[in-house]
Amino acid sequence: MKVTDERVTAKTGAARYKAGVLKYAQMGYWDSDYVPKDTDILALFRITPQEGVDAQEAAAAVAGESSTATWTVVWTDRLTACDRYRAKAYRVDPVPGSPGQYFAYIAYDLDLFEPGSIANVSASIIGNVFGFKPLKALRLEDMRFPAAYVKTFQGPPTGIVVERERLDKFGRPLLGATVKPKLGLSGKNYGRVVYEALKGGLDFTKDDENINSQPFMHWRDRFLYCMEAVNRAQAATGEVKGTYLNVTAGTMEGMYERAEFAKELGSVVVMIDLVIGYTAIQSMSLWARRNDMILHLHRAGHSTYTRQKNHGVSFRVISKWMRLAGVDHIHAGTVVGKLEGDPNSVQGFYNVLREEHNTVDLQRGIFFDQDWAGLRAVMPVASGGIHAGQMHQLLHYLGEDTVLQFGGGTIGHPMGIAAGATANRVALEAMVLARNEGRDIWNEGPDILVNAARHCAPLRAALDVWGEITFNYESTDTPDFVPTSTAAA
Amino acid sequence: MKLTQGTFSFLPDLTDEQIRSQVEYCLDQGWAVAIEYTDDPHPRNSYWEMFGPPMFDIRDAAGILTELRSCRQTFPNHYIKVNAFDSTHGRESLRLSFIVGRPPKEPGFRLERQEGPGRTVRYTTHAYATDRPEGERY
Repeated sequence: MKVTDERVTAKTGAARYKAGVLKYAQMGYWDSDYVPKDTDILALFRITPQEGVDAQEAAAAVAGESSTATWTVVWTDRLTACDRYRAKAYRVDPVPGSPGQYFAYIAYDLDLFEPGSIANVSASIIGNVFGFKPLKALRLEDMRFPAAYVKTFQGPPTGIVVERERLDKFGRPLLGATVKPKLGLSGKNYGRVVYEALKGGLDFTKDDENINSQPFMHWRDRFLYCMEAVNRAQAATGEVKGTYLNVTAGTMEGMYERAEFAKELGSVVVMIDLVIGYTAIQSMSLWARRNDMILHLHRAGHSTYTRQKNHGVSFRVISKWMRLAGVDHIHAGTVVGKLEGDPNSVQGFYNVLREEHNTVDLQRGIFFDQDWAGLRAVMPVASGGIHAGQMHQLLHYLGEDTVLQFGGGTIGHPMGIAAGATANRVALEAMVLARNEGRDIWNEGPDILVNAARHCAPLRAALDVWGEITFNYESTDTPDFVPTSTAAA
Repeated sequence: MKLTQGTFSFLPDLTDEQIRSQVEYCLDQGWAVAIEYTDDPHPRNSYWEMFGPPMFDIRDAAGILTELRSCRQTFPNHYIKVNAFDSTHGRESLRLSFIVGRPPKEPGFRLERQEGPGRTVRYTTHAYATDRPEGERY
């Protein structure tokens, strides 16, 4: 005879709807027999229940609070097809190596969501439940969106393939630099940095996240001087160049005005910050598609909720949301630079942004198969504390479809900004050439750079100054998984 | 000036041996190699002349280098590039594109400015060479 556990068995009929308080599992938010439908949206949470709260009930509570439940029974449920609208927690696994934490799988019916709205997805999945008392901590680790839902989004306005065709740049990562100092330069001085960096060999320069329209430099001034710099550099090199003009403003009206001005001046790219919000991002994405503009997203603020492993939202989820919302570039980590980034986690983010189809890859933190249903790919951007001496590592970890941004590594060059740009470009081209020739760049990288520096004094100087600089700190956001042993292991 | 379009323009001009290695890499990936030339190097000149269609059926680098030599003989004073096309779904575009021939003298571009209202400027990038008719430029 099958023994049923009263605590995790859904009640039915009058017993289910008697006024009072039931456990979430008893209300029907736990179903270990549930088989997720192809059309369900799936979420994986890392839950840390309070002492005495069992994992299944905690998972059911998360399912309940992120779908139809409230703290007590309500009879109005019976006016609806409530079985269908209840999210179902269907699997709970202990997190390897983290006692007291569990991975909870939850399935949501597609009808719970508005088509084409990240605001709606996020309000549903992370809207209420993160402050829920029975949990000490909660983290949204991954999501799976059915193809039917993916198709309700426009996705990146340009995408990697079209961006490369427009820029006429193939076969290597693109190169950029953020103008430094971040704050204080006048428009005219700011444009000087842009001109030198682009003329020296970079493809892009970039406004920083908090360069908007301050007393020392109003946005119109910046745009005008920057476009003079871009056009001068194009004429000097014969290459298409761009500068990410940050159109982030206090209102949508302000952003549209700045974006229109950037277009009028002939810029190929504009930029926004993550902090403008998901709806504003989707609006700017539509604008960018209408105006043939590359849309760069700076992930300002994300570390407040992505970095700690037990609470918040993983950046792989933010990556998925932003591919749906529709941006062309997104900062996604460097592995080797100054900012947080475990190699496996970062490669997981890059795969989410670039692949046509993601398959389960626990080592890289990917818990679900995800079909992107023809949605264009996002170009990941590696920025923050990287330099020419790491070129072999960057190419090895991050591959070809990425923008490598060397801010300090360009502008801080002892021979000047243009020389700094040249050093980076020569290092990059030499490394791609060597990789294509079949050389083992991971091991021979430093030699390849030294050889390339023989015909390039700026690269020699860059290696002398920064060759030994590394940022070896322990990562906080690493995937938790048990490697499957193989015959060879 | 030196036109720096293409994947390897910041390196010293590639030797034929280096070009062969890159072509072999492209063929190993299953890409189709093509040769194009132009005497209009404007950064937005998307359509250089094709020196024949992409060589879908030539799978050895030697054959492609023969074509390249022939192109160089025919157009000794033009820009020449090697392109590699990837027909894989989701890409269906170029994967590598690098310059393998350039005129002995590259006069570069003039930047023209037309002043507009509100301090705006309309920019035009003008290749000096294109002041002369096609075929007589370098």
